[in-house]
Amino acid sequence: MGQAGLVGTLVDMTTSKANSASGPMKVNRGLAEMLKGGVIMDVVNPEQAKIAEDAGATAVMALERVPADIRRDGGVARMSDPEMIEGIKAVVTIPVMAKARIGHFVEAQILEALGVDFIDESEVLTPADETHHIDKFAFTSPFVCGATNLGEALRRISEGAALIRSKGEAGTGNVVEAVRHLRSIFGDIRRITQADSAELFDWAKKLGAPLPLVQEIAETGKLQVPIFCAGGIATPADAALAMQLGAEAVFVGSGIFKSDDPSPRAKAIVEATAHFRDAHVLAKVSRNLGAPMTGIGMDKINERYADRGW
Amino acid sequence: MSGVVGVLALQGAFEAHQHVLRDLGVDSLQVRTPSDLELVEALVMPGGESTTMSHLMQTSGLFDAIDARLKQRMPVFGTCAGMILLAKGVLDGRPDQRSFGAIDIDVKRNAYGRQIDSFEADIALDGLVEDFHAVFIRAPQIARIGEEVTVLARHNQDVVLARQGSVMVASFHPELTDDARIHSMFIGLLQEV
Repeated sequence: MGQAGLVGTLVDMTTSKANSASGPMKVNRGLAEMLKGGVIMDVVNPEQAKIAEDAGATAVMALERVPADIRRDGGVARMSDPEMIEGIKAVVTIPVMAKARIGHFVEAQILEALGVDFIDESEVLTPADETHHIDKFAFTSPFVCGATNLGEALRRISEGAALIRSKGEAGTGNVVEAVRHLRSIFGDIRRITQADSAELFDWAKKLGAPLPLVQEIAETGKLQVPIFCAGGIATPADAALAMQLGAEAVFVGSGIFKSDDPSPRAKAIVEATAHFRDAHVLAKVSRNLGAPMTGIGMDKINERYADRGW
Repeated sequence: MSGVVGVLALQGAFEAHQHVLRDLGVDSLQVRTPSDLELVEALVMPGGESTTMSHLMQTSGLFDAIDARLKQRMPVFGTCAGMILLAKGVLDGRPDQRSFGAIDIDVKRNAYGRQIDSFEADIALDGLVEDFHAVFIRAPQIARIGEEVTVLARHNQDVVLARQGSVMVASFHPELTDDARIHSMFIGLLQEV
């Protein structure tokens, strides 16, 4: 039994909740829809938030340290100071997102009270619960969650996530993990659309995901919520790569404000995301951006944030 | 007469509009460049972030191209951010944010509050029997409406659907429901102009 039993008990709950898309879920998935084709930028202060908005960001992620610094400093990474989040909300008109630790539903309650537009239950912060994610149906605010594969994505959707982002490996400036996760998610979606009805039971079991959600994907060929890419995007070409692999928008964390010259790079990544199939535009916007963040190889990092999440 | 409806696809919910148009049997095309625009007869400007779209319209050259087509009375339908871009006045826009002034209304961005204040409501549509289920997401509000503008629907006191000549705007998102009646009104307008 094991996982198959767990899937069985989840069935009724997910069909009645995740698929109905009414109440907050309708407007929350709707906001995710509005962010498509755009760039969401990590910012640590109001000045950076202004630069991001001026460059054409669709939203900003307010946090105290970008992932590259969290990686360098070590220690426990937590929700940001509400004062700092308020300061950023005050200077931009675009949506403001902020991060809560995995399973830390009280941090999420605080972020909801602050009126942030999207809560990121993020593996970049130190997890607060090693078994449970936040029950996102208990909130009015929308949640975005990371995923490395389709099973993880569907578990997060069954918990109420309105948006999924592939995790990649935050703070590395290395796009290889983002590519791995996107290929895994979209590859499995493509394979599921080819499966017969009996095989879908096995897919649900293998993915550790609710069967109705797997059956829905077999029918539609799409995830139930929008899917964006995060973790390792440092150049316009990286952003366009993620989009061509199937991501519907991109999160850029350390890649902008850890580069030599953030503003032109931010603008270029916005252009590249909008015109992701046009190599002439990509060639034009990739010029003279100064040095990207240095970045690190996967063999040189101590801890993979992408392994956080269950 | 190509009959193709363009959907401004620089950023936002353009695919959702294409789904509704497909349901109506209307061919649509994603518009990202001035040469894309030449292939279409009408344009839908979707929801998304108006600041982002405004920025990308400048750099792609689409702003001037769309402006020229609007002066030739190309039918256009703007929802949410798209409505902001078509309005004459944007009360709290960014200083560098340009709008087309194609419809004589002033709008206030994010007038209903943040995402937590986003809501759904049934609204009565002028000339239609059944209410339309409207989804409002960080919605803009029409703060002033000119004499030449026809009100097509209200929610409480606020005008939420309006038309002036070949320009139609909604402060909500008809593309996020399965109900194609509002898009169908726009297609009707296309045949009329």
